[in-house]
Order: sequence, then C-alpha cells, then structure tokens
Amino acid sequence: MPTTAPAFSDATASDSALRRFLFGLPGVDAVGLEARAASLGTRSIKTTAKAYAIDLAISMIDLTTLEGADTPGKVRALAAKAVNPDPLRYAPPRLSSDPLDAEPDRMTPHTAAVCVYPDMAATAAAALAGSGVKVASVATAFPAGRASLDVKLADVRDAVAAGADEIDMVIDRGAFLSGRFLKVYEEILAVKAECGTARLKVIFETGELSTYDNIRRASWIGMLAGADFIKTSTGKVATNATPANTLLMLEAVRDFRAQTGVQIGVKPAGGIRTTKDAVKFLVLVNETTGEDWLDPHWFRFGASSLLNDLLMQRQKLSTGRYSGPDYVTVD
Amino acid sequence: MTMASAFEYAPAPESRAVVDIAPSYGLFIDGEFTEAADGKVFKTVSPSSEEVLSEVARAGAADVDRAVKAARKAFEKWSALPGSERAKYLFRIARIIQERSRELAVLETLDNGKPIKETRDADLPLVAAHFFYYAGWADKLDHAGYGANPRPLGVAGQVIPWNFPLLMLAWKIAPALATGNTVVLKPAETTPLSALFFADICRRAGLPKGVVNILTGYGDAGEALVTHPDVNKVAFTGSTAVGKAIARSVAGTDKKVTLELGGKGANIVFDDAPIDQAVEGIVTGIFFNQGQVCCAGSRLLVQESVQDEVLDALKRRLSTLRLGDPLDKNTDIGAINSAEQLARITALVETGEAEGAERWSAPCELPSSGYWFAPTLFTNVTQAHTVARDEIFGPVLSVLSFRTPDEAVAKANNSQYGLSAGIWTEKGSRILAVANKLRAGVVWANTFNKFDPTSPFGGYKESGFGREGGRHGLEAYLDV
Repeated sequence: MPTTAPAFSDATASDSALRRFLFGLPGVDAVGLEARAASLGTRSIKTTAKAYAIDLAISMIDLTTLEGADTPGKVRALAAKAVNPDPLRYAPPRLSSDPLDAEPDRMTPHTAAVCVYPDMAATAAAALAGSGVKVASVATAFPAGRASLDVKLADVRDAVAAGADEIDMVIDRGAFLSGRFLKVYEEILAVKAECGTARLKVIFETGELSTYDNIRRASWIGMLAGADFIKTSTGKVATNATPANTLLMLEAVRDFRAQTGVQIGVKPAGGIRTTKDAVKFLVLVNETTGEDWLDPHWFRFGASSLLNDLLMQRQKLSTGRYSGPDYVTVD
Repeated sequence: MTMASAFEYAPAPESRAVVDIAPSYGLFIDGEFTEAADGKVFKTVSPSSEEVLSEVARAGAADVDRAVKAARKAFEKWSALPGSERAKYLFRIARIIQERSRELAVLETLDNGKPIKETRDADLPLVAAHFFYYAGWADKLDHAGYGANPRPLGVAGQVIPWNFPLLMLAWKIAPALATGNTVVLKPAETTPLSALFFADICRRAGLPKGVVNILTGYGDAGEALVTHPDVNKVAFTGSTAVGKAIARSVAGTDKKVTLELGGKGANIVFDDAPIDQAVEGIVTGIFFNQGQVCCAGSRLLVQESVQDEVLDALKRRLSTLRLGDPLDKNTDIGAINSAEQLARITALVETGEAEGAERWSAPCELPSSGYWFAPTLFTNVTQAHTVARDEIFGPVLSVLSFRTPDEAVAKANNSQYGLSAGIWTEKGSRILAVANKLRAGVVWANTFNKFDPTSPFGGYKESGFGREGGRHGLEAYLDV
C-alpha cells in the first residue's frame, strides 16, 4: 500500500505536526496567481499547435454524467461516444480535398475515461470493455461526502468491484475547514487502501475551500496521502475549475515531484466547456509542469459538453468551416 | 502514448498590414509636417530585424526655434480656453488612440522591438488611460490643491526616451495640455515613429495648430530645445548623465524642470513571501521590456533562508521565456532597442563576469539578425560589484542576499538611485514597516511594474525629481 512519501513522514505524525507543515507552506498571493493564469490565457494557439491541443484535450476527457436521472441507456450512449467521439468522420471515405488526408493517421482519439456514479460503473465497464477507455467512478458519498467513513469505504468497494479503474473521491471539507487536517489525510489513506489497483483522484471542492492557501494545503494533504490525481471540484457547486486554481495545483504537483520524485496527476473539473478554455488549461500545464504532464495519464478534464466543442473545432480545422451541432452526436 | 511530442506553439504573428508606415516623415511644426531647415534626415530601423522602417527629418536648432515660436503663438489661445474645452480635445485624442490601438501597438513593436503582448496589453491601454485621466483634470484645476485658477507655465520642452515611446509621450503631453501649456516634444532617435503617428492623431482630433509640435532628431535637437530661452518648462526622461547636463544647462534660468532618470530598483523577497508569485514578480520586474525600464527591479535582494529555493524556481521559470519575433503574440522577450544599447549591456555583463559574479543565462536561441540578449542573472553578487550599482538597462538581474529586514533596507537604500522597490512578504505589517524605510519613489508590495495614471511616479536621489502622474503630476505644469 502506498504510504506517505518518506521525505515528509514527519509531517503526518500527528494532527499538530500536519498543521505546522501545512501552515509552513509558502502563502499564495491571490492577485499574483490570477494575473499569472490570465497572462498564460493570452497565449495564441494556432494551426498545428491547435490541432495538437484539440486531440490531446479529447484524449484527456473524463466524459462525465453524474445525474440523478442517469440510466443504463444514458451511460451506454456516453460510453459509445467516449470510444468513438466522432463517428461521422469515419463514415464515408474522405474526399481527396480533405486536408486531414495529408495526415491519414490522425484519427480522432478516444476519451480518457467515462465518469459515472458507482451504481453505473458495471454498465460502463461492460460498454467500455476492451476499448482502452477507463471507467471512472465517483465514490465516498459524492458530492457532499457527508457520510460515515464505513459508508464511504463501502461506496468505494462497490465501485471497484463493479469494474471501476479509477475512483474519484471527495475530501471531508467539514473536517478541513474546522482544522482537522489529519482526519482528512487519514480518510484519503483509507480510501486509497480500498482502491486496490484503481487510481485514486482526490476532489477538494475548491469552491468550498474558498481560499488559495486552503487549496495549496489540501493539495499537499492529498499528495502526502497517496493520491494519484488531485482534482479541483465536483461540478456541483458554483465555482469549479478555474485557470488560477488549476495553476496552483499544477505548482503543487510540480513541487511534489521535485522533492519526492513522485509524479501526481491533475484534473480540473466543471465549467470547462469550450475548446478555447481547454487550450488555456493545456497552456497552463505546458508552462508550469512541462510536457511530462501533457498526457492523459497525468492530466484530465472532467467535462461533458466540452467534447462536442472540441469535435466541432477539430472539424473546422480540417474543413475550414463550422459544420454545426448536427455534425456531432448528442449524448 | 502517441501524442508524446511537445506542445510546440505555431507562429502567431500579429499582422503588419494594420499599420501603414510612409517611406519618409517630416517634423510636425505648427500643425504641418515639414522638412528640416537644413534638409537632414535619418533612418529608423526595426531592432528585431535591422530593417529600415522609414526615413525621418532630423531637427536642428533652427527647427527647434520654429517649433518653440509656434508653441508660443498657440499658447495664448490654448491657455485661455476653458478647461472643459481643453478636456474635449484630450478626450478626443484618448478615444482615437483607443480606436487605433492595434495599429499603434504594431507600430511601436516594429520601431522599438518590444513584444506585441506588451504594447497591446500594457503600453497602449496605459497611453489611452493617461489621456483620459488628465482630460478629467482639465476643468477641475481649481480643486487640485493649488488655489483658485492655477496658471500654466507656457511652452514645455519635452525630451523622451526610447523604452516606452508613446507612453512617455502620454506622460508628458497629457498633463501639459490639460493644464493649458503648449508643447514641443522630441522623441528618441531610435523610436521616432509613434510620436509622428501621434501628431497625425492631434490633427484628426482638430487640436489647434502649434499646441503640440513633434521634432524628431538626436541629442543636439534635445539640447537646443531644453536650452531655448523661450521654453518655460523642461521635462526629461532618460539617462542620469543627460539629466545632469540638463540640470546644469537650466541652472540660473527661471525654467521649471522635472527629471525622471535612472534606477537600480531593489526587489526584496522575504522568506515568508508567496514564492511562486514572487518569482513571477521578479520576472516582471526585470524582464518586462527586456529590462529597459528605469524602474526595473534589477537588484534581487533575497533572504538567505530561501535563496536556493527562489533561485531554482527563477531559473526554471526563465527557461520557459519565449524570446523571438516581437510581433508574435506568444513572444515574452523581444529585441534590445539598438546596437548601441546592446553594446552597453554586453560590456556591463562582461564587467560582471570579470569582477567574479557568476553568470547564468536562460537557454534560448538568439535570432541571427537584430539586437538580442538572453535573459541573464548574476549570483554571487555583492554591493561592491558594478552589476549591483550601475544601471544596466537590459535583461540582466543581479542577485544579492540578506539576513534581516534591517539589512535588506540598508542594502536596498545603498544606491545612488531611488526610483523603485518591491517587497514580497505575506506579512502585512512587514510591508508597511519596510516601505516606510525605503528611499524610493515607488514601492510595490507583492507586485512589480504596475502602473496607473492616478499614481504619482518619480525618483529620489539621482533618479530625478518631480512627479509625473496623478494629481501630483499637475504641479510640474502649473505656476505654483
């Protein structure tokens, strides 16, 4: 079982030690952080760079449905879309004037994963078998996380047993905001232990943590506890992923690898709807952690409507015009 | 995975077609473009490519005299206009600048060599803001704190540098016109074009003839202007050496003078600083406009307990800076303004190495034509090193360390200059305590190189005297 990185074993020895460690992290100047994120947002990504970014973004999507109204049919439809996001591109043989013919290998990639509630994990696993698309399941009484540890762990076990390759847990924000950092840490450890080979994404619900200092502290708790990914938000509150909070988390994983050698992924989720947004996040990755994180194994987008916008932009790059919403699939 | 290639940004050049540069330009005197009396001209080149952009008239003493006479003639009517009428012209100029901002940004980038990102996002918005701000003052001078109906001085002779050509013009011309003065302005010889475009804007705004006169030329024209007997006010931004010469030349006259000169700004990073943002601030402080900024944070004073951490982060960050075509929207570091300036930077860096400071330059390929210098920092620097004392005016940072707040203040103040300083700490009380002890005209806290027309700007010691910007900036142009 993965444990705390040795370099920081003292930090988690007690509640007070963990508090001292977290409060010893450098502060975050909100104005400066947001200015840096905004400045990277002015990068102009054109032509070949845009084509690269669009395909990379598609391959990084955790295509998500987390609704009370979810049904097996909805999940199967989403899974089909994840595996083959752009069926119309494959259908008729392409015209010889199609610019993409110059690069015949550049097929639309599949998404990274499909993200569902635990009771839909088995349906998703069956639909995605052999496709290379992972099954991600939220767990731990998502999104509020207001349940006993036993219930949360049962939720995780359930999802793993149903075939989830990845578990998206929520931290106990109540414990965090009341200063019980060790409780947050130990809960992540416990969940990680239930994951087996599944990769664990730890959701902080940054909108509820409210300050950037808190987001940095939560990032370190997650990383120390063995998270495979740190993730901004559930998509269920008013403020979700922003360029600034994602930049801050990228700085955290960058610093953690520099100090421990352990690489951890980052997943912004919620509110990323356009190609333009997604490209800005990829620029943040490129210029903060560098290309080692430009890979679906290390960076994800928690999104649903983003995919169709990426597909429309992808078609625009190859045909020179916007084909409109009837040329991408609804799901 | 299959997409393992790096994320290479494709070229994203801003279009040159938005600006139409004529093959030649005259001097702008009394509302007309005119050749120099002796017919002399000089060429202005693009520092990123050494391409000749245009040929402009080179003003001599006779042209200075003509321009001052035109300004004197215009002064009577201009100063007699109600402030609300002068404001209309300034608002009109501000709006035209906004409407033409893309064109002017491209022009400025071509002539100066700085990245389009900066001219687009910093220079031009600030230029327009400056005219809007002082337009607002024109009819409120009674309430500026100088008593009822403060009077203008007369003809202002203004000499500006090449690092922010249009912005320095705005800093000079906007308050002068708002207060009822008329001006003769000489832009730097390496960056004459945006001032000439501004002359066209004045005409389009219907500004009365002679209120603004633009003389392109060299130092001899600047000298003739500031020593002209019928100039009432001298405003200069540039090197301390020239500033001293100007101060000597106006001694014994009744000319009012403001000088905005060199600097060696200390950027002080305490161990409780927000490190990631401090690193950004260090980068902004010294690499904005290739460090060719009088208020640049060219001395990094970092507390020894975080020195290694800060330097590692800084080097990592500098390695991501994108140096190249200034018109490319993704360029962070553009060209040095002139061969002369590049030679000066190179010589000072060689001195730094010869004196034993340790040089580190960001790994980046320099273009084969034009004037370029890689972002550079010096470690193992002490107060005794030339690179810690002399203004380099280039993308070169000297890193010094300190142990206590008192030592930081002592080292920061130990300079012949006193223009700017920065303080990085999460502790508010420390910001206030240290700022009060710094002998610098501008002190930024947890930020650097932030400008606003409402904020006065100017120096202590050899960084000059007088303030530009804000309410304080009015005083330099009023007989008070």
